[in-house]
Amino acid sequence: MKSRTLRRHIRESFKSLSRNGWMTFASVSAVTVTLLLIGVFIVIMMNLNQLADNIENDVEIKVVANQEATSSQVQELLKQVKETPGVAEVDYSSREQELNQMIESFGEDFALYKQDNPLGDALYVKADDPKNTASIAEEISTYDYIFDVEYGKGKVEKLFNILKIGRNIGLGLILALLFTAMFLISNTIRLTIVARRTEIEIMKLVGATDSFVRIPFMLEGVWLGIFGAILPMALMTTFYSQLYNYWEGRLQNQLFHLLDPNPFLLQLNGLLIFVAVFIGVWGSFMSVRKFLKK
Amino acid sequence: MIVMKNVYKKYPNGVVASNGIHVEIQTGEFVYVVGPSGAGKSTFIKMMYREEVPTSGQIYFNNTELTKMQRKDIPYLRRQIGVVFQDFKLLPKLTVYENIAYALEVIEEQPSVIRKKVTEVLKLVGLTKKMRMFPNELSGGEQQRVSIARSIVNQPKLVIADEPTGNLDPETSWEIMKIFERINAQGTTIIMATHNKDIVDNQPHRVIQIEGGLITRDEDEGEYSNEI
Repeated sequence: MKSRTLRRHIRESFKSLSRNGWMTFASVSAVTVTLLLIGVFIVIMMNLNQLADNIENDVEIKVVANQEATSSQVQELLKQVKETPGVAEVDYSSREQELNQMIESFGEDFALYKQDNPLGDALYVKADDPKNTASIAEEISTYDYIFDVEYGKGKVEKLFNILKIGRNIGLGLILALLFTAMFLISNTIRLTIVARRTEIEIMKLVGATDSFVRIPFMLEGVWLGIFGAILPMALMTTFYSQLYNYWEGRLQNQLFHLLDPNPFLLQLNGLLIFVAVFIGVWGSFMSVRKFLKK
Repeated sequence: MIVMKNVYKKYPNGVVASNGIHVEIQTGEFVYVVGPSGAGKSTFIKMMYREEVPTSGQIYFNNTELTKMQRKDIPYLRRQIGVVFQDFKLLPKLTVYENIAYALEVIEEQPSVIRKKVTEVLKLVGLTKKMRMFPNELSGGEQQRVSIARSIVNQPKLVIADEPTGNLDPETSWEIMKIFERINAQGTTIIMATHNKDIVDNQPHRVIQIEGGLITRDEDEGEYSNEI
């Protein structure tokens, strides 16, 4: 393509945006509204996902050693557990530390046990993938010097199931929203192009090639996408940063941290603009194609 | 210039618009296409610039077989043919000048060439003074002159007009005819579908009459109808 032609296409695409003012407004609004919806939804979903990850990662196996086990035997057990496939991290807590912990949690009454500590040394085991927790626990329970292996059997499986369903629903909703957005926006763009079918007809009549007809419309799609994405991107950036500062500044010791705006906002905005431009171009392409085929 | 051999056209809805047409039109001719509404005039014309494709038969434009033409080659055919419609088909948001220049812009003509050609053709149709106006500020006759100017600005070998005077009063119609005569005098072939008896009878040229998808009359210097 000649650069003069490309310049013409770009000029033409902007001209026709302003010539078809209301249609442009309608398309840009459609992009804006749907992107806002998608943006808000992604923020919620990604943070819930993060929460789910946190919960999953908090799941650990508590291995209690036999009271009779000597400290060298416990060391041996510790080594064995550490070498178990799938184990990411093992924390050792001596029976004295365990008792102190208990006293801290339940009160001074338990200090009586200091004379005859009924507890065993404990190992807190984290799996590299939380989903392996059950199998690792089972493996460890076969080792020697074990008094008890505990990981919230049943509850953990249930939790993982709920999280899995939640994630799938979220993903499904985001896909459905994307699909709706594509449909809505390409439909609006189609309307604007239907209104301009005479233009296409004349272009074809005087001998414009298909690509010559198509390119300005597709460029228009790009601009519509970009213009439509500006407001959602600005709003998401402002509000999420504010929310993040408020949340992280206010509550201490919280269970749950919001995703760090950097790089989350960058990724979110990148996705939004990509979706907007893609939908704009795709909508234009499909709509013009219908008239070119004729 | 145009040769049709045994052209048959049936639309998906079952209407047969062309039922075995044979015709030959030479370069430089001025041809009226007459006949009742729905007789197949428009289809006859549309097949020449490949807006419609015959169901069977062959159509040649300067020895190119249109029926075998590939989609990507159609634009280059259209650049050799100017088309004028009853309803002008102007772009309302472009000025007179822009409407005409448009035909050259879309075929990527040099800006300096565009300026020169548009100015020339504006002079030919007598609209130089109104080149900055928009179509809705013009009379019907003036709009049709813009549309003619657009059809000839690329100096096509053939101009096809589908009832160009259909929406115009008799006086304005004569002005339009004068322009077509002028274009024809410069060697451009003109094929014009019309219902205007007055024009056909008083400005004699070859007359092709189409009825029921067939050519029922083909006379040099014919009249609008052979009745009486």
